Amino acid sequence: MINHKIFLRGLKSLKGSRSPAIPLGACFIALGALLKDAGFNLQQSAASSLFTYALPGQLVMAESLLVGASIVNIFIAVWLVNFRLYPMTVSLFPLLDHKSQPKWKYYLSCHFLAVTSWLIAKDGYKKIDKKNRIDFWIGIGIGTWSTAILMTIIGYLSADYLNKDILIGLAIVNPVYFFCMMIGAMKNLSISIAVIGGTILGPFIYLISTEWALLFAGLIAGTIAFLFGGKNGE
Amino acid sequence: MASSQIIILAIVATSVATFISRFMGALTSEKVSVKSKVFQWFNCVAYSTLAALLGRMIIFPAGVLADSALFVRVFVLVICILVFIFSKKNLVIPTILSAILLSFFNSI
Repeated sequence: MINHKIFLRGLKSLKGSRSPAIPLGACFIALGALLKDAGFNLQQSAASSLFTYALPGQLVMAESLLVGASIVNIFIAVWLVNFRLYPMTVSLFPLLDHKSQPKWKYYLSCHFLAVTSWLIAKDGYKKIDKKNRIDFWIGIGIGTWSTAILMTIIGYLSADYLNKDILIGLAIVNPVYFFCMMIGAMKNLSISIAVIGGTILGPFIYLISTEWALLFAGLIAGTIAFLFGGKNGE
Repeated sequence: MASSQIIILAIVATSVATFISRFMGALTSEKVSVKSKVFQWFNCVAYSTLAALLGRMIIFPAGVLADSALFVRVFVLVICILVFIFSKKNLVIPTILSAILLSFFNSI
């Protein structure tokens, strides 16, 4: 059903000099501490990472709860910030597609789609035979997902020992890791334009609309990159 | 402080709002060929949306990161990216360094 060797290769992407375990750990420890602050109990904090597993959305949820936003508002705010997962899935899953693989694998494993796992999969899929790529992806997904849940629990339990300077230090690890991964991915003109354009437009449009900034910045910069980057996107 | 019931509802709402985008992505993927222009466009949009999120996280951060100075955040980011490039793309060193640097600069 699942090719164990390939699955383990995906799982092993947690190790080594390109390991995502440290940035994942840092940001989910910080999240666990924040959720405790927001009044969550341990089970609720773990459940949040188990069922949502998308850090920016979980941050939005916690902060909205702290200011007393309604459930409908939380839903819309989270949907807007996590909508990026849609183009991310569409730009990854066709690469993993194979006729011989059952559809449920794709429908279930899309839950593992987050920035970390996506960047690892984009970085490593070429080394895997097309037929087994979905199992490689499931390995990456299980590894990063379980790390996130475990670290949320550790963050919750250690919240009392983390002072503000440590939490601020932990919070920068994730964007630094993502920026490094994206710079590593800038191998052609269209991706380079997309990354640089998005980085500039994101904060800029945020000044005009906080909620729609990501969507518009992504669409505009992405389309410019597509039109002017030539036919070399991967 | 939110009540337990509100928290559970918020977790459900957040999870559903997140899963919709992932699942729609999986469904759309079935109709998108790797060689098509649509796929290339989605690829560009995915990278730029991600970059937009990261740019926002550094310039207008949410949560505790907002309590650090903008100049310090950008400085730490640039140093760590340089370390990444000069360490043959090692990711462990710059990520650990970033936490140490920002904690240090923020405490002085």
